[in-house]
Amino acid sequence: MEVVGKSMKRVDAYGKVTGEAKYANDLCPKDALIGHVVHAAIANGEVVSIDISEAEKVPGVVKIVTCFDVPDIQFPTAGHPWSVEEAHQDIADRKLLTRRVRLYGDEIAAIVGVDNVACERAERLLKIEYKEYPTFTEPEDALKPDATPLHPDLRPTNLLVHTSFKSKDFDYEKAKEEAIKKYGAAHVHEVEGEYQTPRISHCHLEPCTSWAYVDVNGKVTVTASTQIPHIMRRVIAQALGWPVGRVRVIKPYIGGGFGNKQDILYEPLNAYLSIVCGGRPVSMDMSREECISQTRTRHAIHAKTRALYTTDGKLLAREIDALANKGAYASHGHAVAAGSMGVYRNLYHDEYGSRADISTVYTNCAPGGAMRAYGVPQAVWFADCQVDDICHKEGFDPLRFRMDNCVGAGFSDPANGITYYSYSMKECMKKGAEYIHWDEKRKAYADQTGPIRHGVGMSIFLYKVGVYPISLETSSARMVLNQDGSIQVELGATEIGQGADTVFTQMAAETTGITPDRVYIVSTQDTDLAPFDTGSYASRQSFVTGKAVKKCALELRNRILDYASYMLKLPVSELMIHDNNICERIPLDGAEVQTDLSAGNGYGYIPDGSRDENGVYRDWLGADMKKWDIDDLPSGKWSILRDTGKIFARPGKVLLSLKDLAETAFYSLDRSEHITAEVTNHCKENTFASGCTFADITVDMRYGKVRIDHLVNVHDSGTLLNPQLAEAQVHGGMAMGIGYALTEELLYNEKGRPLNNNLLDFKIPTAMDVPDLKAIFLEMDDPMGPYGNKALGEPPIISVAPAIRNAILNATGVSMDRIPMTQQRLVAAFREHGLI
Amino acid sequence: MLAIVHMTVNGVEQELAVDPRESLLETLRNRLNLTSVKKGCGVGECGACTVMVDGTCVDSCLYLTMWAEGKHILTVEGLKGRSGELNPVQQAFIDEAAVQCGFCTPGLIMTGVELVDSGRRYTREELRKLISGHLCRCTGYENILNALEKVVGYPKTEEKG
Repeated sequence: MEVVGKSMKRVDAYGKVTGEAKYANDLCPKDALIGHVVHAAIANGEVVSIDISEAEKVPGVVKIVTCFDVPDIQFPTAGHPWSVEEAHQDIADRKLLTRRVRLYGDEIAAIVGVDNVACERAERLLKIEYKEYPTFTEPEDALKPDATPLHPDLRPTNLLVHTSFKSKDFDYEKAKEEAIKKYGAAHVHEVEGEYQTPRISHCHLEPCTSWAYVDVNGKVTVTASTQIPHIMRRVIAQALGWPVGRVRVIKPYIGGGFGNKQDILYEPLNAYLSIVCGGRPVSMDMSREECISQTRTRHAIHAKTRALYTTDGKLLAREIDALANKGAYASHGHAVAAGSMGVYRNLYHDEYGSRADISTVYTNCAPGGAMRAYGVPQAVWFADCQVDDICHKEGFDPLRFRMDNCVGAGFSDPANGITYYSYSMKECMKKGAEYIHWDEKRKAYADQTGPIRHGVGMSIFLYKVGVYPISLETSSARMVLNQDGSIQVELGATEIGQGADTVFTQMAAETTGITPDRVYIVSTQDTDLAPFDTGSYASRQSFVTGKAVKKCALELRNRILDYASYMLKLPVSELMIHDNNICERIPLDGAEVQTDLSAGNGYGYIPDGSRDENGVYRDWLGADMKKWDIDDLPSGKWSILRDTGKIFARPGKVLLSLKDLAETAFYSLDRSEHITAEVTNHCKENTFASGCTFADITVDMRYGKVRIDHLVNVHDSGTLLNPQLAEAQVHGGMAMGIGYALTEELLYNEKGRPLNNNLLDFKIPTAMDVPDLKAIFLEMDDPMGPYGNKALGEPPIISVAPAIRNAILNATGVSMDRIPMTQQRLVAAFREHGLI
Repeated sequence: MLAIVHMTVNGVEQELAVDPRESLLETLRNRLNLTSVKKGCGVGECGACTVMVDGTCVDSCLYLTMWAEGKHILTVEGLKGRSGELNPVQQAFIDEAAVQCGFCTPGLIMTGVELVDSGRRYTREELRKLISGHLCRCTGYENILNALEKVVGYPKTEEKG
């Protein structure tokens, strides 16, 4: 490949370093009114009355609406593709404003005014009467019989959903009996463990923000910082009871999302406030405090686990019972918890199988929603604390144990059929261990005493790409040829900082034969213009949208060649596009075809649908693929034949410039044709990405202070589309993982009031808290990815916290069961163990 | 009542009528349309709104516009050369892939320019401390430090481990 796989500079870098890239609030008209939310001052109860008579008199106040005024419509907020099956639809448990208060700060009224001062003055004059109920911020309390159900219309208790997954006919006690029979009682051991993860905030640097007005065509138009403009459009329509066509969402550059903006926040209320103010522009720019306590969080999950293994280090059975803290509203519902348990089970192979049970429970705190890696950091925390607790107890080497028991090549998830095609989990571990000098350090760090101790630890992960077949994966793309032979690429997929626009530009250039400087990607998604795509989440875009880009580029290429054929009076089969020119196409001999025959571990796979009825290998996108006889391939290996327009041919003599072709196509008096392509790609493929983290740390026992000396992430994310951006993506996830491990936790007091919803007290890492970060990649070409690529956006955070935890265990012998492993918690644990 | 304030912003003299309670962040964004100045928290925690006042970086959200009377303000918009040339700090951020979502970028670039203006060189550890008032959630700071080292660091003698 000529463009894909190169470290091309970001297409938006210039706009961002010059400050010229416009974000949602930068585009807000200066005369916009301010929409100010009135937050409840209790955590559980009901609004009995709101008297607005005095507040309304404040100069500058335009409108006050309360929970007694808004339409009686409940809507869901999750950034999921809509399901046409009612049973699979997201839970509709929200209203624009609520009389039933379910968390401290719940939205009970809104004031529209000319500025913040007017709104805040008016808020102080509101007379609000509440009826208060006892508060519960933990699932254990929310499930007690006397706890008031938060959503009695939807659920009789605070249990949202309970899910049970298990291997066929699995029973832990039965497995134990059988194992003892097979291996002997002396050789079968067991550990029990209880592990906890915290509620944390995404802390994207740009707070959640939007502004709305009603356009002259009657459409309510919302400009928002979102990952999911097309989904937002549908949810705003549902919330207002308006037809979707009357809602327009515009997504400009956004300052990070990490899943928080894969949810619908104040945007429907923003649309409503503009509508009730006669369509005037209204701005809702959240404060950082609102952004932490009133949007979404990563789910806190509390898990009890058991594991059975042999004394020579073979996993026999595992089980987990977990409670996920949902917070006050369903948001993404039970999907996060369910996904979490899948990875807990899949990460390791148990001879007798495994069981996972999880309940998602409503409580009086900020709703758990999507956050980078969607429940998987929790799953890996449970699985890899457990594995290291086994290894610590038995004196096993954690690397060896993982090599022996981790998910194997060719694994296919029995629950959904997702298959691990390009397998390199063990190779990742090997690379990480080499980098960190695992064997030497485990030896050197044995039997330490004294106040300063060192440790190395590791953790591994598994992550699927996108959501197929659990949910819909669809994406569309449009390409338009300009008069100069350049193209626009229009997508519904979103750039949120990850570099999507850049890799899509590379893909379009790769497959069309047009150079990347002549590929103009439209960064802003306007739902009136952008083709449909569900947006940025699930590390899906480079995979799912990438397929749509490739398919569209192939179609555009074919249309250009068709016109070239007309101009040159030559058959299409003799033409190709290269470097902005129509060239002679010189087919390569079979012997010259470049294929990747270097599959790992001698394991091979030819994807379904890749052979036609004659046994001929075809690209699954189908278009213009040279036929290749499968029997010619060496057996026991795989071969990835991916038509990028160049693999099977090389360019010969230049026949015509694309500029001349485009100009003729636009203005020909004989055959005028505006060359465009637009496709939908319904993606029905998936695969797994994997990798690991190794941490080398120093613990100052006296202060519970952990210093990370070396941290390395090894990723198997298929072919890298842009190595420099891939590495940068990994760095960011690793830093987020450090915060998750050591400092981040959103806390509440006993009345359900958030204690640290600001960036001073909610501690995300600064440059001083992060060491030099190392990213290593194993580039295995994955047969499912459009360019051999698979998920990378979310995975870098997953295995960092357990690797640090296991390094602390190695250094001190103390098993920390709960993140964040703050200095206070570490000192308390060291005291408890009599170490200080 | 509005009050009149005079300041030089990106080399241009301005006479503005402002609310005396207004922060420099609000004035720059809302009255002068200098939207490179980003609001990440409004209370001096994140550094996204960093601008230079008489050559020193400040959080413009914590700085009252009235205090800027007679002062010189520089924002990222003011770094661009006459023909669009980039400042070396900006170029280093592009080359080192130090930009992701871009929201913390203008503030960090202003701190970078302040460091360049100091005329001295800094170790990586010094740079960590000097940028610790800027929060970034995308990059892990790795490439930001690489970019800053390129312009104000010591020449590299060996590859980092």
